[in-house]
Amino acid sequence: MTIAAPAVPTPRIREPNWFLDFCRQQPLGAVSFVIICCMMFAGIFSRLVAPYDPLDIDFASILGAPSWEHPCGTDAYGRDICSRLIFGSRTALVIGFTSSFIGSTLGAVLGVASAYFGGRIDNWIQRFMDILLAFPLIVLALVVVAALRKFVIGGVDVNLIFAIAIPILPRVARVVRAAALSVRVMPYVDAARAAGYSDTRIIFRHMAPNVVAPYLIMLTAFIAQAILAEASLSFLGLGVTEPTAAWGLMLSGNAADFYREAPWMILFPGAAISLAVFAFNLFGDSLRDYLDPRFRM
Amino acid sequence: MLRYTINRVLLMIPTLLGVAVLVFFMLRVVPGDVVEIKLRGDGGNVSQETIELERKRMGLDKPFVSQFGDWMIGMATLDLGKSMWTERPVIEEISLRLELSLQVAIMATIIAVLIAIPLGTAAALFRDTWIDYVVRIVTIGGLSIPSFWFGMLIMLTLLGLFNWLPPITFTPIYVDPVANLTQLIWPAMAVGYRYCAVVSRMIRSSLLEVMNEDYIRTARAKGVYEKVVISRHALRNALLPAITVIGLEFTFLIGGLVVTEQVFNLNGIGQLFVQSVSRNDFTLIQGMVMLIAAFYVFVNLIIDLLYAVFDPRIRYE
Repeated sequence: MTIAAPAVPTPRIREPNWFLDFCRQQPLGAVSFVIICCMMFAGIFSRLVAPYDPLDIDFASILGAPSWEHPCGTDAYGRDICSRLIFGSRTALVIGFTSSFIGSTLGAVLGVASAYFGGRIDNWIQRFMDILLAFPLIVLALVVVAALRKFVIGGVDVNLIFAIAIPILPRVARVVRAAALSVRVMPYVDAARAAGYSDTRIIFRHMAPNVVAPYLIMLTAFIAQAILAEASLSFLGLGVTEPTAAWGLMLSGNAADFYREAPWMILFPGAAISLAVFAFNLFGDSLRDYLDPRFRM
Repeated sequence: MLRYTINRVLLMIPTLLGVAVLVFFMLRVVPGDVVEIKLRGDGGNVSQETIELERKRMGLDKPFVSQFGDWMIGMATLDLGKSMWTERPVIEEISLRLELSLQVAIMATIIAVLIAIPLGTAAALFRDTWIDYVVRIVTIGGLSIPSFWFGMLIMLTLLGLFNWLPPITFTPIYVDPVANLTQLIWPAMAVGYRYCAVVSRMIRSSLLEVMNEDYIRTARAKGVYEKVVISRHALRNALLPAITVIGLEFTFLIGGLVVTEQVFNLNGIGQLFVQSVSRNDFTLIQGMVMLIAAFYVFVNLIIDLLYAVFDPRIRYE
């Protein structure tokens, strides 16, 4: 007697598509992702996208109102504001991303190490973080700027990157440490230690991968903060220096003298900062909701 | 409770000492100081001897450790030294401007809290409806729009609507309240937006958490009016975490003011800070950093103590 095996259609297991899944669950996050992509495109291909050279001074069209030739108008030197905005996105992204990356990564390593070693080392690291946390972000950034003075390598303001990265460090370290404390008591960490692995190996290979979610969330959230800090410092005249195109810088100096004559000099750069920070904030928010629904507000 | 308080106050000392060490040595690691900016800043040709002489006069030629010792001894007797630029006492420079900044900060707090409580509550009660989404976008906007640009927008609006700009000279509130308020309400609004956003987000999330508590269900089961459940039972408990945020944001306002004062041309703490940073005025930077850090540590202490007062379940041993 033979029984024909029922033809079970083998279910095609679809690879979960992270990206589509994220877009479906977090529509606002998807929108912000599109904005970020546009910004990156503008930042990377500035030369191709921008209609003019951002440094081209044209005394024939000083303080020109927005028109077909100059969609965002021109500034007090006749430079095209739209092109300066496009090149400014490069400055904002480079400084925002590198400083957030440096600050978050160092903070994450310190946080995991602090949780792993515990005891006295943990205590000392935490006290040190407390000291750094006693400063508002922008105040600590200003102190670092004062300490490092001007320090430029290859056209990038290294002092500015560190000024923004250092205040980010303790804030990330604290969150990552909290996450790492719960990883530390996992059996596989004990197993790794019993196997005789080195501390460095356990920290980087066993614990760090398990705190990637809070790390990524903090990283994107702090890109927003870093862009804001860069704009603030440049606005104060202590960040990026002329003639480099940077959004904060475009608002500083004599821009305020032209409230009456040229409000577009103020409207567009500020809108660019706000949009960029808004996109990264929203993206960070959505990423948090997606990666860790427990934190959902 | 008393013991806890004393312990906490004693714990403030190592933190502040750490801040002092950090700031002092950070400022001096890289060469360059106020003397160079003062004498050579305008491109003038000043000999090296003159610079050394001036350094000697200011005590900048002494070893770092002895400079630090002098500063510490001064601080113990509440003397923060003299500004290296104006040569006036640091305390005098700060107190001249503290009144203005403090008033803006207090006004911003009042505006922010008054708006944040209804906003956060509405977002929590109408969770995942259009009201919640609007509040979410408005509050993320508050976190994203730089306060200095918001200040500039306020100026532009005032100029466009009334062809008027706020006065730049500061009048204390007890001299002429109207003149005082017409000047300071705008910067308070500019920094208040972010503040309000942070607080209302906190209220929303903590209210959502509280609404799941057993005692809310009990109150509802007893037939208490929903309005009373929210105002008496839920909101009161939800405000506790909000107090933390309000306190912390208040100290962080000083950071926000650093930039916003520039926009409104206010001669406050923030303006002074930026000036002293660009002039390498070490003593003034140190003094202000100590002030801000002390303020932060103190506010933290107050928050912890308030927790014990408002929430009887929390008892510190």
